[in-house]
Amino acid sequence: MHLLYMVFIDPFVQMAQAPDLLVQTLWEGLVSGMLYALIALGFVLIFKASGVFNFAQGIMVVFAALTLVGLHDAGMPAFLALALTIVVMFALAFTVERVVLRPLVNQPDIILFMATFGITYFLIGFGEFVFGGDPKVMITENLYLPKGPITYHAFGGMVQVQKLDIAAAVVASVMVAGLGVFFSKTRIGRALRAVADSHAAALSVGISLEQIWVIVWFAAGLVALVTGIFWGARSDVSFALEVIALKALPVLILGGFTSIPGAIVGGLIIGVGEKLAEFYWGPLVGGGTDAWFAYVIALVFLLFRPQGLFGERIIERI
Amino acid sequence: MLYREAGQFKTDYVRDQAIFPILQDRIGIAVILTIALALPFTENDFLLNAVLIPFLIFSLASIGLNLLTGYTGLLSLGTGAFMGVGAYSCYRLTESFPDVNILVWIVASGFVTAAIGAVFGVPSLRIKGFYLAIATLAAQFFLEWCFIRIPWLYNYNTSGAIEVPQRELFGVIITGPRATSETRYYVVLGFVVAMTWLASNLVHGRIGRMWMAVRDMDIAAELMGIRLLPTKLLAFAVSSFYCGVAGALMVFLWYGGAEASVFNINQSFTILFMIIIGGLGSLLGSFLGAALIYIMPIVLREAPEAIGLHMHAATVEHITFMIVGALIIFFLIAEPAGLARLWQIGKQKLRVWPFPY
Repeated sequence: MHLLYMVFIDPFVQMAQAPDLLVQTLWEGLVSGMLYALIALGFVLIFKASGVFNFAQGIMVVFAALTLVGLHDAGMPAFLALALTIVVMFALAFTVERVVLRPLVNQPDIILFMATFGITYFLIGFGEFVFGGDPKVMITENLYLPKGPITYHAFGGMVQVQKLDIAAAVVASVMVAGLGVFFSKTRIGRALRAVADSHAAALSVGISLEQIWVIVWFAAGLVALVTGIFWGARSDVSFALEVIALKALPVLILGGFTSIPGAIVGGLIIGVGEKLAEFYWGPLVGGGTDAWFAYVIALVFLLFRPQGLFGERIIERI
Repeated sequence: MLYREAGQFKTDYVRDQAIFPILQDRIGIAVILTIALALPFTENDFLLNAVLIPFLIFSLASIGLNLLTGYTGLLSLGTGAFMGVGAYSCYRLTESFPDVNILVWIVASGFVTAAIGAVFGVPSLRIKGFYLAIATLAAQFFLEWCFIRIPWLYNYNTSGAIEVPQRELFGVIITGPRATSETRYYVVLGFVVAMTWLASNLVHGRIGRMWMAVRDMDIAAELMGIRLLPTKLLAFAVSSFYCGVAGALMVFLWYGGAEASVFNINQSFTILFMIIIGGLGSLLGSFLGAALIYIMPIVLREAPEAIGLHMHAATVEHITFMIVGALIIFFLIAEPAGLARLWQIGKQKLRVWPFPY
């Protein structure tokens, strides 16, 4: 009886008694959910256009952030380093298309998945070899990102919001909106959607698959760079981020592999759910639930909707 | 000419059902087994401890995952956690009942893992492909969390780690710090040979055919009268059994002690690399993949020293990462079907030798 009370009643009583804490937890959840969503967005871009499940997206985030910080440490002005990092991400996209995707075209999915593991390993080794393996601090001030907290007195207490998180939310929204416009209004964007629908049909109307793949990987690289900057500003820039990047996978499950809105909604659900569970129910089982809670939410969703919230319906034929 | 099936007739059912129907295969396997049995006499402790024992254990885990992913077509990323279940349950069992033979508990821990694996295999009926892979990630992270948060599993040790106690078999110490590497090697070898033989019989029999039918197209398999849920659950259970035994062997006969981080997600990925590089749906491929993925970094790490280059350990580590990544991509491009396929191509070359075709 006591256990039932602790599981089903007590957390809600706590929520009602201290609404400021609830709002704070919700905000924290939204912020981390946004970062998950950004990583998932990179996955979705590549999966839509090439059908490749790009495991290296998480590493691309770290690699982009590391390149930016590394170039700045080498004595470059911040914005020159930023521009050069964008060039590096383009070079990466180009190389991946040439060296990995082109020879493996038309192979089973799992082989391409495995190849992105190869990219992951290579990028970890390369990043650490060039820029050193120790954690670095993101150059927040040099990029004119705001810092410090804003405190609101509301909900019978106070809620603290980091300015950086607001900036991240604004930049992320602008980027998603920009991607949306790019996909629906421009010539290349329409070509991308055509490729996503059917490779063969796109080829037959004269769309170059190779070119599209480079563009998509470059777009994913840019998303990775933005994610890397904001994530790096919240914690250190190091390859330990890799484990957190795995959190993007349950986000994909919720949102479906092919939906950009799905990635964002999924990310927010996972972020908020995980923070609420850890804060209100975590102490009952000894804490640390955020290591697996996201996956369990995803698993429960999958049992009812195997294609995710926004995914395309899976139709099987014999 | 060197490898000819021609002229080797199967004149009765016993020969038809033989595991190695070709004479050359029988000779080959006999040679390999003899070498495996003779290797401890080189008295090279590094070779046994750091190369052969881990290689055999990883091969066993790869066979386990290959039964699930390669033969049944269900992608799993929970291998590391299932190995952990084997290790922790074996530890728990031998601590509670120290008088029972340790080999019995290693096998029993396989059955415990099989039960847990079957539970986490239930979603596989509705979920397929990458979605299933992520569902098994839930198993990976949840079980790993259990290894840390449930102190009963590691017998309330203050360190939070499991320490392998000393156990004997016929008066010979086989586990614990005082066991010689030769004894441990022979025990591991015995397990691996027996379980590979078992797996070979499984995949060539009715069960294996059912798994492969499900892999190739599950709806068609269902229409042919194969019940999907029992078949998929059986694949999960058998695969987990292999992983569990491999995990128990890993801690009891190789590491000598372990904590939860040994069974993390990277362990799962390593085993997955092994079967994809080695060849999906091939027992031989499990061994080849384990050899390549496990032994290659060791060689790469030792190589600069051997040719007289002195580099920082960290630098060597980073370069090893780069080379491993590049080699994975290289092997996939060169032969996407894995090393086992290369061996088949080689066999064909041996058949027609000295002619080109």
